[in-house]
This record gives sequence, structure tokens and C-alpha cells, in this order.
Amino acid sequence: MDPIEVRLRLTWPGFSLELDERLPGRGVTALFGPSGCGKTTLLRCIAGLERAPQGRLAFQGEVWQDAGTWVPTHRRPLGYVFQEPSLFPHLTVLGNLRFGQRRSPAPGGTAAPSGLDQAVELLGIGPLLERRPERLSGGERQRVGIARALAVNPRILLMDEPLAALDHQRKQEILPYLERLHERLSIPVLYVSHAPDEVARLADHLVVLEAGRVLASGPLQETLARLDLPIRLGEDAGVVLEGRVAERDQRWHLLRVDCAGASLWVRDTGVAIGRQVRVRILARDVSVTLNQAHASSIVNTLPARVAALGEDSHPALALVRLQAGAATVLARVTHRSADLLGLAPGLAVWIQIKAVALL
Amino acid sequence: MLTDADLQSIWLTLRLAGLVTAILFFVGTPMAWWLARTRSRWKGPVGAVVALPLVLPPSVLGFYLLVAMGPNGPVGQLTQALGIGLLPFTFLGLVVASVFYSFPFMVQPLQNAFESMGTRPLEVAATLRASPLDAFFSVALPLAAPGFLTAGILTFAHTVGEFGVVLMIGGNIPGVTRVASVQIYDHVEAMEYGDAHRLAAVMLVFSFLVLLAVYSARPNRPKG
Repeated sequence: MDPIEVRLRLTWPGFSLELDERLPGRGVTALFGPSGCGKTTLLRCIAGLERAPQGRLAFQGEVWQDAGTWVPTHRRPLGYVFQEPSLFPHLTVLGNLRFGQRRSPAPGGTAAPSGLDQAVELLGIGPLLERRPERLSGGERQRVGIARALAVNPRILLMDEPLAALDHQRKQEILPYLERLHERLSIPVLYVSHAPDEVARLADHLVVLEAGRVLASGPLQETLARLDLPIRLGEDAGVVLEGRVAERDQRWHLLRVDCAGASLWVRDTGVAIGRQVRVRILARDVSVTLNQAHASSIVNTLPARVAALGEDSHPALALVRLQAGAATVLARVTHRSADLLGLAPGLAVWIQIKAVALL
Repeated sequence: MLTDADLQSIWLTLRLAGLVTAILFFVGTPMAWWLARTRSRWKGPVGAVVALPLVLPPSVLGFYLLVAMGPNGPVGQLTQALGIGLLPFTFLGLVVASVFYSFPFMVQPLQNAFESMGTRPLEVAATLRASPLDAFFSVALPLAAPGFLTAGILTFAHTVGEFGVVLMIGGNIPGVTRVASVQIYDHVEAMEYGDAHRLAAVMLVFSFLVLLAVYSARPNRPKG
């Protein structure tokens, strides 16, 4: 899939946004950053809801904006999910879904309801179709909002913090649906968020924004493992690994997750064998030893090789990038320990992972 | 009971108010939409002009309209050139004057309704492939329906109740410009207090019912 070209420059009093990026044409790209970093403005510019005075925007070869071109929002083949579901109160759930579907050409040229039916099924809102928006819970409303955006058969889905207005419980209710979208949708998704857990669970590609500029951009796992610019998804540096549930240990209530070249034991959360999952390992939970420690309470011990060393946020601390098979892990150690162990690129070590979070 | 002249004046009043309300739906809606959406520096001045009839004495407004529609006024010259003749002391003249007089009663509730819905529903409509015109009819109008009800009722009722402008522009011609409020004035002038009472009571009850309708139709809680 062709990438999405975004070159924008926009200045408002007290705020500016300037970027020149090529976003991947597939998978979920997270636009991540603190409030006010410009991530929502960027998404609105891509949707045409905001117009940057200078810029060029091209989606899979179609120019949406440049010096002489401006395609208005309603002619861009996109779906948009707002932070508040913003359902039309004068229409039923089905009326809301049909609103966009009626106005958009179906992929085959006929008015096939495929997008709508699929959206209803994906978001599990079949039983809600006849209801009025005011009779729905917050989580249900947002599911309808997402389904409504999908019902137009978009070629790209833009989501502006779709979970931010929901409490923790509602969020947990919707996240599995978003993961299903991630598995089943073939269109690219741009996902604006300031929540680390959502990004770690959903994103394939990460764009980190700060004060209207791109701080880092790249595949999620690579970008999180960068030493020159440790990206803190939340409180701490760490990596996300993708893997498959391979074994269930009934006796100790553990699951074995096989990531690229590394097998990790995690607490059994009831996930089915064979499922694709993600685990997150924080740098502070990884320690490095020269020999395999046999008498240890730590379950996950892996052979690894030091790839690189870098500075951490405090002068006493170092971040070490380690390669365990094909998996990259970050470890936080003191400079004193690094010196004592003689850590250097290429050195074979053992890593002990104190905590692995199944996402 | 009400005399034939009373009934004639009531019928005239209802025709005038109905026509003015219908015209103002078409004229007032674009103006309200513009005032609610524009970022132009003309918003303030235009809004003030629209609101003028709220504070001007009806006789002042009537006087200027009379001058403008008179044989030497710009409107008068135009209507003469078009072969319509002069508007003062005709039903048409009364309609035109009432449109000006009742303009803010149509525009302001509509403007409030459009402003309170914000830009979000229109943005949502745009992301769902609705053109701006489509979004206006399929989203903005339905969401502003309570505002239209209020605006229509207020405009109608206010036109029914006008007196000063009617007297200045329309005079007091039975069946042509003698509306109910003028008829009551005539009764009082002629010391026919009984007749004045009956017609006044009809107006009082009517006004109360109108306001009751407006206040009952207003939702108690904001809709989400």
C-alpha cells in the first residue's frame, strides 16, 4: 500500500504545527503525545476539518491538498471517530449508521450494505439498532460511533482519542473491539492517543509528537527500543513484543508466549492458546547478569547479547539494548554495574525479566 | 358576541401573521444561519440592525418605513416603477412593514438554536459524506426544530400584537388594514367598552395559549 504523504505547516497564536511525514498505508499508526502537542490538529488537517494554510496531503496517490487543490471533507474517502461519539440525537442507531452509508459509494458500485453489516457485526451492536442514542451507555455510543465511521466503506479510518472520554471499565469493554478491528481491517488506521496502554496494545507504527513537531516516527517495536531517544510510553521506557500463546501451565497458572526468538512466561489471564498477543517489558524490570542464575525467583531468564549502551534520564543510569533472539529488550542498569560487568556491544549475557505484562 | 367587524379584523390579523411568519421562515433562516456561523467583522453591525425593532418605538420604525415606501422614498419609487403602486395603506404594505418589525423574533431564536448545536454535528456530517447544503437540511434543520417552533410561534404572536407600525403604515381601513389591535383601539375611542372587552379577552387568551405552547415545548433538559 502506498504511504500517506503529510506535509503541513500551520501557525496559530501560541501554537504551531510543522511536519513532513510519510505514514504507512497499512496497519495502525498511533499519533502519540501529551495534550496540546498537535496530534488532534494533525488528524483534523488530514480529515479536512482544519485547513493548514501551507501543505501537501496525498493519500495513496490522490492529492487531497496542495497549493492548487483542496478536497473538502465530504469528498475524502475516510471514516472519522470523534472523541465524543457525537451521534445524531434525532436519528436511531440504525439511522446514524445509514446516514453515511447512503451517501457513500459501495466498493462494488452498487448500494451493497456490506460495510454496514460488517461494522454492526465487528462492533457487536446488532441489538442496539432500533435504540435512540440517549438510551445508550457511553461505551455503546462510542461503539456505534466507530461502526458509523466504518459503514461508509472508508479507505482510511481516523480515530481521535476514541476512548479518552470513557472511564476505565468502559475502556476495557471497547479495547477488545478495537483489537478485532486491528486484526480484521485491511485499511490503514490513524489513532490519536495520549494513553500508553492503548498505543502499546494497538499500534503497529508510532509517531511521537511534541509541541507540534515529530519527535520520532517508525515501527512501534523499533521506535520503543531506541536508545538515543528513549520514548516513554507513560511512566517508563520499555519495549513491546508481539508473540503467540504457545502453552498453558495449569499447575502454576502461567502461559508461555513465544515471541520472536524468546519464550516468556506470563500470568494466565485466560487467553486461548494460539492467540496473537502483545507483552510489554519495562526497562526497569530487566536486569543483566554474566552467568545464568539458577537459584532465583525470577521466572523469565534469557540468554542475550548486548547491542548498544545509552544514557538514561539520570547520570547514574544507563539504558542497555539487548538482543534476545530476534527480540529487542531494554534494560536499565547503573553505570557502575555496567562498568563492573564490562558491558559492551557484542558481550553475551543473561537477562532476568522481573515482570512481563500481557497486554 | 363578536361583531362582523370584529371577526373581519381577527381574520385579517391571522392572515397577516400567517403570511409574515411564512415569509420570515425563508428570509430569517439564512440570516440566522449566517449570524450563527460567520466570523466576519460585519456580524456585530448586522446583528444590531436585526435587533433594532426590539428596542425602537414602533412609531419610529413605522415612520421611516412610511417615508421609504412613500411616493418620494426609494422603496416607493421602486414599487411605482414596477407597477405595483404605493404600499402604504395597503395589505401588502402591512405585510412588508410587519416583516421588518418581526424580523428579530424569527432570527434570534433560530440563531440561538444554530449556535447551541455547535459545529460538531456538521463536522460529523461532513465525515459521513454530506455536503454542506446536505448537512444543513439533514442535520442542522432537524436539530434546530425546537428553535423553529419557538421562532415561528413568537413571530406569529408578535405580528398579531403589533399596533404602532400598523397605524403608521396601514392606517385603519376595514378589511384591508384594520387588524384586531386597531379594532380594539376603535372600540375604546368610540366608548364601546363591552366590545373592546370581548375582543381584548380573545387576544389575551390567544397570547396566553401561545406562550403556554412555547414554554411546554421547551425541553426541560438539554439533549445529548
